[in-house]
Amino acid sequence: MSDDSIISLQNVNKWFGDFHVLQDVNLEVKKKERIVVCGPSGSGKSTMIRCINRLEEHQEGTIIVDGIELTGNLKNIDSVRKEVGMVFQQFNLFPHLSVKENITLAPIWVKKMPKAEAEELAMQQLEIVKIPEQADKYPGQLSGGQQQRVAIARSLAMKPNIMLFDEPTSALDPEMIKEVLDVMVDLAEGGMTMIVVTHEMGFAKTVADRMVFMDEGKIVEEASPDKFFNNPESDRTKLFLSQILNH
Amino acid sequence: MNEITQSRKPPVATTGILGWLRMNLFSNWVNSLISLFVLYILFQFIPWILNWTVFAADFKYNFNGEEIINREMCSRVLDPETGGACWAIIYVRFYQFMYGFYPREEVWRVNLSYIMLAIAIVPLLFDKFPFRKHFLKFTYVFPIIAFFLLNGGLGLEPVSTNKWGGLLVTLVLGCTGIALAFPLGIVLALGRRSNLPVISMMCTLFIEFIRGVPLITLLFFGMVMLPLFLPEGIDMDGLARVLVAVTLFQAAYMAEVIRGGLQAIPQGQYEAARSIGLSYWQMNRKVVLPQAIRISIPSIVNTSIGLFKDTTLVIIVGLLDLLGIGRGALADTTWLGLAYEVYFFVSLVFFIFTFGMSRYSLYLEKKLKTGINMGAD
Repeated sequence: MSDDSIISLQNVNKWFGDFHVLQDVNLEVKKKERIVVCGPSGSGKSTMIRCINRLEEHQEGTIIVDGIELTGNLKNIDSVRKEVGMVFQQFNLFPHLSVKENITLAPIWVKKMPKAEAEELAMQQLEIVKIPEQADKYPGQLSGGQQQRVAIARSLAMKPNIMLFDEPTSALDPEMIKEVLDVMVDLAEGGMTMIVVTHEMGFAKTVADRMVFMDEGKIVEEASPDKFFNNPESDRTKLFLSQILNH
Repeated sequence: MNEITQSRKPPVATTGILGWLRMNLFSNWVNSLISLFVLYILFQFIPWILNWTVFAADFKYNFNGEEIINREMCSRVLDPETGGACWAIIYVRFYQFMYGFYPREEVWRVNLSYIMLAIAIVPLLFDKFPFRKHFLKFTYVFPIIAFFLLNGGLGLEPVSTNKWGGLLVTLVLGCTGIALAFPLGIVLALGRRSNLPVISMMCTLFIEFIRGVPLITLLFFGMVMLPLFLPEGIDMDGLARVLVAVTLFQAAYMAEVIRGGLQAIPQGQYEAARSIGLSYWQMNRKVVLPQAIRISIPSIVNTSIGLFKDTTLVIIVGLLDLLGIGRGALADTTWLGLAYEVYFFVSLVFFIFTFGMSRYSLYLEKKLKTGINMGAD
């Protein structure tokens, strides 16, 4: 593992029952690097990033996040989760809490922040995702794009060093995708380390430092966006790109 | 404004009383037949029951200046053919119905407990109650106050629980059973879903054992077998033993109801909670349980109503709850033949409580449905 890498996956293997979902995955992510992961469904993209904050457990290999190795040690898992924010395809906001309460929940309970301070923090995060006026609404009253931005704000409130995005725009109506991507571009420009699983190739071209293409549980190709889109090496990548770019 | 866009009256009346009748009672000929049939039954039944309970009944406690003290005096007032209820038995036995054999000079303690129970429960039920936070503090200490108040101690004359009876026993069993079983049920439900096999197995065994056994068996168990398990020299109060049995019974059912609610919570909620760093208990307390309990409210109230009525089974082990006192009154030879009156009264008291519970559950459901739209996902 190189000195400046903040996430390091070495020979990671994982099975769901008999299904070998991650096969010898190796990935190094440097500080402030923006990685876009793509690949056909079932290729293990989501599973890989879910292993990084231990929502999934890997069975072989090593995962080190910000110097902390992920093992069964619960204390390590807790520390890693404080470092890593995650945004889900289905938003997963807490429907019984208002937008503001969704965001202040973790600062108040995990970081023991006073309520007033946490609320101020929540408002700052809502400014960042450009919906401060929705603070007192409930998730069910917001559009999908707004919900996803609240989810981003909720993660950011814990001041993570790393953000994981698991297909953040896949469940959105087309006209709402842009508002979420805009927020993510801002975040990338602010220097956040990001791993984004997405099929938004426009976003990948603007933001990514490196593209990672996965298929059948393996990382098939890793390249700069320029090389990845214009001159991919593997046939599998070429096929995939032709399928998603030419329609 | 364009004429086309102007709103018009609906073609047939769908609003107002007529509209309501048309929509709900006479929407087609089958419905109309059923409605007419039901109306006919009600028309026959309601006047009769009103007549018996009110118009032809005797409410007087006195007859020609004399206190009514037996059945016979009642029949002198009432027309033997068309006569209604003789409520004197309820008057005469009212004290017993409410307090059992609690000493009269100490009965203020029970009354005070009843009043405090109301003060403790109301802020718990309505989240807009003024100064709710402060009242809830009282709710938490109320059980301790009530314990000393009813049981004695701290300078109060001790009143043995075998003198308790009637509504007092019913309420003590019902309220304590529900209040203790709720947290216990939550713990059991979480335990059953735990990833730790030992905990999960123990909780499952406990729940399945208790659910597989009738309450009466558990009551006997509490009465007869519990003392055998206690260390020698420690004697457990009879009512307390029954309470243990009732609480365990209710906890097992509550656990299954709450587990049903837990199963309805999407996996994403757990993942989101873990990903922002909440611990297992924080996740359950702040994210999972509030939603799960909300979903299970109708079933929680349902089992609570069930328990409240099942408390009448304690008569089997010799405690005199409301129904027990009623049966005692019926056995009294001076009042022979007044079973209708007694059972009607007992039913009415039970109905007031259980109907209150079920209305409250409806109110909550309505409030939660209109107040907060539970997420789109």
